[in-house]
Amino acid sequence: MTAQTAPLTDVTPAIDITGLSKWFGDFQVLRDISLTVRKGERIVVCGPSGSGKSTLIRCINRLENHQRGRIVVNGVELSDDLKNIDQVRSEVGMVFQHFNLFPHLTVLDNCTLAPIWVRKQARAAAEATAMRYLERVRIADQARKYPGQLSGGQQQRVAIARALCMTPSVMLFDEPTSALDPEMVKEVLDTMIMLAREGMTMLCVTHEMGFARAVADRVIFMDRGEIVEENSPDAFFDSPQNERTRQFLSQILDR
Amino acid sequence: MSQGHAVSPFAWMRVNLFSTPVNGALTLLILALLAWLVPKAGGWLIWDAVWGPKPASACDAIRGEGACWAVVWDKIRFMLFGVYPFEEQWRAAIAAALLTSLLVISAIRSFWRKRLIAIWAVGIVLSFWLMGGGFGLTPVPAERWGGLSVTLILAIFGIGFAFPLGVLLALGRRSRLPVIRAVSVLYIEIVRGVPLITVLFMASIMFALFMPEGLRVEQLLRAQVAIILFIAAYLAEAVRGGLQAVPRGQYEAAEALGLSYWRTMGLIVLPQALKISIPPIVNIFISVFKDTSLVVIIGIYDFAYAVKKSVETDISWKKYFIEAFLFSIVVYWIYCYAMSRYSQWLEREFARGERR
Repeated sequence: MTAQTAPLTDVTPAIDITGLSKWFGDFQVLRDISLTVRKGERIVVCGPSGSGKSTLIRCINRLENHQRGRIVVNGVELSDDLKNIDQVRSEVGMVFQHFNLFPHLTVLDNCTLAPIWVRKQARAAAEATAMRYLERVRIADQARKYPGQLSGGQQQRVAIARALCMTPSVMLFDEPTSALDPEMVKEVLDTMIMLAREGMTMLCVTHEMGFARAVADRVIFMDRGEIVEENSPDAFFDSPQNERTRQFLSQILDR
Repeated sequence: MSQGHAVSPFAWMRVNLFSTPVNGALTLLILALLAWLVPKAGGWLIWDAVWGPKPASACDAIRGEGACWAVVWDKIRFMLFGVYPFEEQWRAAIAAALLTSLLVISAIRSFWRKRLIAIWAVGIVLSFWLMGGGFGLTPVPAERWGGLSVTLILAIFGIGFAFPLGVLLALGRRSRLPVIRAVSVLYIEIVRGVPLITVLFMASIMFALFMPEGLRVEQLLRAQVAIILFIAAYLAEAVRGGLQAVPRGQYEAAEALGLSYWRTMGLIVLPQALKISIPPIVNIFISVFKDTSLVVIIGIYDFAYAVKKSVETDISWKKYFIEAFLFSIVVYWIYCYAMSRYSQWLEREFARGERR
C-alpha cells in the first residue's frame, strides 16, 4: 500500500516542532525534539513507556505546556496566548486511550456538544453532521445510547466521530487501542485506516505495528525523551539503524 | 438460598432470628420488650389519645393515659404562622403553598428548562407580596412573620442562594489563580470553623454597624443572609469532593474539543460532580432545614419556637408541651424524609446512563 503524498501546492507544514524540550519539575521528559509533519502525512510514534511519546502529542494541543522550543500548528504558534491555544485546538482533534466520552450525555450529544457550544452551530445542523460521522464510523444505530452502554471498541469509534465533528485538519491519537480487548482493536484500526485513506493528517502513538505498516508515511521511534530513529515503515521495520530501535522491535514483534 | 424459590416464613425466621442460641434468646427478649412497649405506646399515642378540636378539659380527664393531640388543633395557627395577624393568615398560607409547589415542580425533570427560572422569579415575587403586603394588601412587617412559613422561607432561600455561591467557592478553591483560591479557602475555613449561632449573632449585630445611617435591615433578612453564607461554605466542600472525583480525562477531552473553562464546568464537569455529591449535599440541606430553628436566638419566630411559645404562654395547655413537641418533630421529619427520598430518586435518575 503506497502512502498518499501531500499536494505540492500547500507547503505550510501541518505541525512544525523545533527544539522542543519539556520538564516535569526536574525531570526532563522531552529532549530537543524536532519534527515536521506535512499536510496529509500519517506519522506513527512508537517507543517504550516513559519515552515521552504521549507527552509529545499532548504538547501539540497544549494539554501539556513546553518550556523550550517552538510548536507551530498550521502556521499558529503555541504559547501561553489563549487565543492561539483555542485556534490550535479547533483545528486539532484528539482521541484518547481511555476514550473520555462524556458519560452523562448520549452518543449523539457527545458529538454535537462542541459544534454547538464552540462553533455556535444550530442543533439541527450539528446533529446532521454528527449522524454523518457516526455513520462513517459505523455506529449510527447507537446514537441515542449512553457511553456506559457501549463496548470499548464502540466507545472509541464514537470518540473518533466526536473529534471529527469539529472538522479538524489534524488528528492526534494517544494509544487509541491500548485499552481495548484484542477482538475490538481491529474495528478501531479499520476506522483509523479509513480516515488515513481519506487524506487526514494523523499523528498516532501506538504499538500496533500492522497499522503502521499499512498506513504510515513515517515511523518514529522515541526513547527517553529523544527521537532515536525516523524512517518509512518498510525501512524502519526491515532495517532498523539504531541498536535501541532493534531492541525495542525485537521486544514487541517477537511475542 | 437457591434462586427463584420463595423462602418459607419458618425458614426465614430460622436463618435471620434464631440462627444461634444467643440470637434466639435475644430475639425472644426483644419480642417480649415489644409486646410490652407497643400496646403501651400505641395506647398513649393513638387509641387512648384525644384527637380533634376538643377543649383542654377533655385532655385533663385522660391525663397520663392518653396523648392530648387536641393541643395541635388549638395551637395550629400559631405554630404555622407565629404572630402573623390573624385575619391575614390566609396570605401566609397561600405563600407557603406557593413556595412548596415551586419546590415540587422544580423536582420534576420535565420542568428543567430556562422557563423554570422565570417561574421561580414570579413565584418569589408573589410570595413576598403575599407575606409582606403593599399594593392592595395590608402591609405586614417582617417582624410579624413567623411559624412554619418562616422556617420554609429561611430554608428554601437559604439553600437556593447558597447553592450557586457554594459551587463558585468550590471552583474558586480549585482555581489556579492565587488570589481567587486564597479568598475561597479563607471564606470556607473561617465560616466552617464557627457555629451557626455565632454567624447569626454576627449578622444581627454587624449589619447594624456596617449599614449606612438610617438604613435598617430586617432581622429576618439578616438571618437569611447569615444562613446563606453559612450553608455556602459547607456546600463548597461537598461540591469540591465531587469535582475531585471527576476523572482528569473528562477535563482533557473538553479542553481538546476547545471548550472554554466555564463551558467545561457547566456542561461536562459540574453535572458529573454534582451527581457524585448528591449524598453530602442532601445531608447539608437536611441539617440546615433543622438548623433554621436557631434563629430564635435573634428573636425570629421560626416553627420550633412558635411551637414552644404556643404552649408556654397558655396555662390551660401548658402541661401538654410534650405533644406539641412531638408534633413539631413529626413535621420536621416529614420534610427531611421527603428530601431524603427525593435525593434517592435523583441518584437513580442520573444513574440511567450507567446501566448496560
